[in-house]
Amino acid sequence: MVYNTTIDQVGCKERVDRIFSRSIKKESKIWALNTVLSMIDLTTLEGRDSSGKVKQLCYKAAHLHDKHPGLPKVAAICVYPSMVAIAKKSLERTNIKTASVATGFPSGMTNLNSKIEEVKFVVEEGAEEVDMVISRGHFLSGELNYVSDEIAKVKTACGRAKLKVILETGELCTLDNVRKASELAMHSGADFIKTSTGKISESATPVVVLTMLEAIRDYFDKTGKKIGMKPAGGIGKSKLAIQYLVMVRETLGNDWLTPDLFRFGASSLANDVLMQIVKQDQGNYQSSNYFSLD
Amino acid sequence: MAKNSKVKKSDSIDWDYSVALESTDHISISQEYKLFIGGKFVKPLSKKYFNSINPSNEKILSKIASAGKADINKAVLAAKSAYDTIWSKMDNAERGKYLYRIARLIQEKSRELAVIESLDGGKPIRESRDIDIPLAAAHFFYYAGWADKLDYAFPGSKVSSIGVAGQIIPWNFPLLMAAWKIAPALATGNTVVLKPAESTPLTALKLAEIIQESDLPPGVVNIITGDGATGELLVNNPNVDKIAFTGSTEVGKMIIKSIANSKKKYSLELGGKAANIICEDASIDQAVEGIINSIFFNQGHVCCAGSRLYVQESVSSQIISKLKNRMDHLILGDPLDKNTDIGAINSNEQLKKINMYLDIGKKEGGDFYQSKHTIPKKGYWCAPTLFTDTSQSHRIVQEEIFGPVLAIQTFRTIDEVIDKANNTPYGLSGGIWTDKGSKIFQVSKKMRAGVIWANTFNKFDPASPFGGYKESGIHREGGLEGLAPYVNFDNRTL
Amino acid sequence: MTKKLHIKKTYKLYIDGKFCRTESGRYMQWISPKDNQTINFCRASRKDFRNAVQVSRSAFNKWNSFSGYNRGQILYRIAEMLDSRKEQFISELILQGKSKKSSKEEVEMSIDRLVYYAGWSDKYQQIFSRVNPVATPYFNFSYPEPTGVVSIISPKDSHLLGFISVIAPAIVGGNTVVVLAPEDNPLCAISFSEVLHSSDVPSGVINILSGLSNELIDHFSSHMDVNAIINCGVDSKDAELIVKNSSLNVKRAFDYSSINWTNPDSQDPYLIMDCQEIKTTWHPIGY
Repeated sequence: MVYNTTIDQVGCKERVDRIFSRSIKKESKIWALNTVLSMIDLTTLEGRDSSGKVKQLCYKAAHLHDKHPGLPKVAAICVYPSMVAIAKKSLERTNIKTASVATGFPSGMTNLNSKIEEVKFVVEEGAEEVDMVISRGHFLSGELNYVSDEIAKVKTACGRAKLKVILETGELCTLDNVRKASELAMHSGADFIKTSTGKISESATPVVVLTMLEAIRDYFDKTGKKIGMKPAGGIGKSKLAIQYLVMVRETLGNDWLTPDLFRFGASSLANDVLMQIVKQDQGNYQSSNYFSLD
Repeated sequence: MAKNSKVKKSDSIDWDYSVALESTDHISISQEYKLFIGGKFVKPLSKKYFNSINPSNEKILSKIASAGKADINKAVLAAKSAYDTIWSKMDNAERGKYLYRIARLIQEKSRELAVIESLDGGKPIRESRDIDIPLAAAHFFYYAGWADKLDYAFPGSKVSSIGVAGQIIPWNFPLLMAAWKIAPALATGNTVVLKPAESTPLTALKLAEIIQESDLPPGVVNIITGDGATGELLVNNPNVDKIAFTGSTEVGKMIIKSIANSKKKYSLELGGKAANIICEDASIDQAVEGIINSIFFNQGHVCCAGSRLYVQESVSSQIISKLKNRMDHLILGDPLDKNTDIGAINSNEQLKKINMYLDIGKKEGGDFYQSKHTIPKKGYWCAPTLFTDTSQSHRIVQEEIFGPVLAIQTFRTIDEVIDKANNTPYGLSGGIWTDKGSKIFQVSKKMRAGVIWANTFNKFDPASPFGGYKESGIHREGGLEGLAPYVNFDNRTL
Repeated sequence: MTKKLHIKKTYKLYIDGKFCRTESGRYMQWISPKDNQTINFCRASRKDFRNAVQVSRSAFNKWNSFSGYNRGQILYRIAEMLDSRKEQFISELILQGKSKKSSKEEVEMSIDRLVYYAGWSDKYQQIFSRVNPVATPYFNFSYPEPTGVVSIISPKDSHLLGFISVIAPAIVGGNTVVVLAPEDNPLCAISFSEVLHSSDVPSGVINILSGLSNELIDHFSSHMDVNAIINCGVDSKDAELIVKNSSLNVKRAFDYSSINWTNPDSQDPYLIMDCQEIKTTWHPIGY
């Protein structure tokens, strides 16, 4: 495969600015807020996670804000491999999916065998979705076949579980690289391409998200396959999440505005969206004191 | 326009944006505006008025004075007196301070000005708010700084002011064009009589109010509204020392003829039919966005619009299909809706002209494509339009349409397209899209146009000179070069 | 009725956009020649200077990336803020022994000087950049870039106009500065920090220290992370030390001590260019 698409960073930023100048109000805002909620992968990836913490998060996922009936559920819970079984059990009477990181998350700096074993382990424990990391060092030194091969092997190990491929765009530095990595991941078997691990200081940025969405669109035009996208990290405010929905709509079309094809990797976003939904309903600005923190 | 968002079936989503109107309750438009002469608003001696209407709904916004010969004479004499007694004698740095004040006032009133600009001219509020008004303020800021630094502007030459500048501006960027004209004229020590376009006088009149608020000495800037005849009278007034005109090439030529036997200096910014060249090694998605910005910005009412697109054949079907997809996401409608991309056509007259060219284009045989929009019942509208498979001999490729209409041709090699790009009596601007730096410099060298945009289009800045080769005009506005048309060089007799 | 007691101002250093005391805890006492009132200024230490250079360096990348237009707006705002506090500065100059008339003139000239340099922010590049007509098929262009962190030793006998005249061209050109206030009369320099603080100047771009030049000149001129030093009036022994120390990292050293800041010719764009480097780039022209 030859990856030679170049991205002009200044031009890309201008398109982003124009998309972000859209003003989403009234009914279109309410629809957007509810849709954002349904697309969240509620995430806890801390070294200090425990079964208690995961159980609490899963309860929150199924009971975002019971005082306000009719709210959608989040799409999934995302946890470390050792927490998958607990999450799966806690979510058993819901439609919320269990997603697990794997392949030596977040750095990916371990051998291929242990990565594959880890994937098989989480799938056995019940994960319906696997979030893997690509080998950035290999990518940046030009060993694209190595990276591609790794993704393909992980995809096989996933079995029926969906594979999200994390590009860690904050380490890739240029939009040309983001584009290259996106195309490579899609050609190698990704069901979703994802921006970040959330563990380094730079996570999802608007120009990166736009570049990835454009790569998905071109891949669809070429192959007819719809690949999903997940920006992760740094999305704490509803306004930004809605701006990303606008970006999806104007780049890929309405078809992608579903949790099957678009997710937000976030933790504090859910409560901000809930506050906005309640504000739209009641007319006054809300306080975080009235929304559960889990 | 935008419907409620709904999910029709479980697997079909139809999310439209609700209308998001910019509020108008904080702005003020007078029912009637008089002429701004000698620092005051005065009744026209002509006793004539005309209406300014909102082109998006045909409603009357205000009644505007129409200046006749006596009014123009009064304004020019006020400008001359202000020049002779105050402005030419004032300390340079103090002159600059007035311009800084005007810039600040424009910033303070920016939202009101943006709303009125969109109401009067039809352009989307997003554009007037984010582009027109900030650039207008920036022009005043930029030229304010030159007022006391002219000794550095022209190596080896000292300069002095000319006198009274008669300035005529068009309807496509009303406040911005006023700024482009007034700021350098004042910075170099001249006084001004400005005639705004007939269909868009309002923001110039709000600028007159700002000028009063800035305490600018009376008569330094005079604003006289009227029609084409008013402009002609201004050009021919014997006490005007310099003419600055932006508008059609046709009228520009008439101006040159009518002042031929006078000593009046003139600068002209006229029409264009810019070639926008996309090479196969361009960053494609950004190039497509660049095409959108080049021809659909301001409904194509832009003299430097990239109205002739040349796409390298190897990427033409990809580019055109992406372009159509992008056009389908443009939103046409109420200029005051913050989500509107395509506003109203400025006047019925202009709409008729555009429609005439659409008919010509169809007859000439290019493939025709228009994105689908709900066209409002009242007002003047034209959907974004493409003609593909056109050629140099098509009238729609040769003549300036001044609307959201793009004529597309393919090319094989770069030298072929440069010849075609230059094959026009115009020479205002051009675009080149490629990832290769050396190609940019080579094309820039060979393209006979005053402004070359590489990997971008329709970018403006007060520090950057703008103006055309050939029939697109004479002299430049903006930057250091923008000072030259407003000064006399002390050691040269020209 | 008891007469109200005046709440006296504490004069602090201005580093990284914050008012702080010297880490050394020392002070220098100043007595007004007009009415004998005393003010205790901070006696800045070499550590204060070291900290100021650090923040100056961090602020440089940000300040340098601002457009000329933006920097000009900020300088104009400094002028706005200074103009709105005209009376305060006039009375401070009077306190330092100047006449009312010359104090008013000095403040007004200072305001005008700021406006003057604000106007250069997006123009000096046009005057001093070039496309060079080389004989081979290359596009060759030269343009100025700021030199970096500049340390400044204020003029001794011009307590407001002088140091504004040196700071403005340095910062309008994108540099960040660490300024030693006039040793014998630091009032206006320190009050000027309040003006800066309300002017949208990013933290760390301008840092102002009050202190004794004989303690600090060595450090101002020998710090390896300072790119240029402007000396506006020191004795000849110190002047020699400054140049010798500059050799350590080839610091650009400028002596402005003979400039008369009340002279209108003392403002010009060449003072901006003193703290600029010229960069030249080549690129082929061809297909």
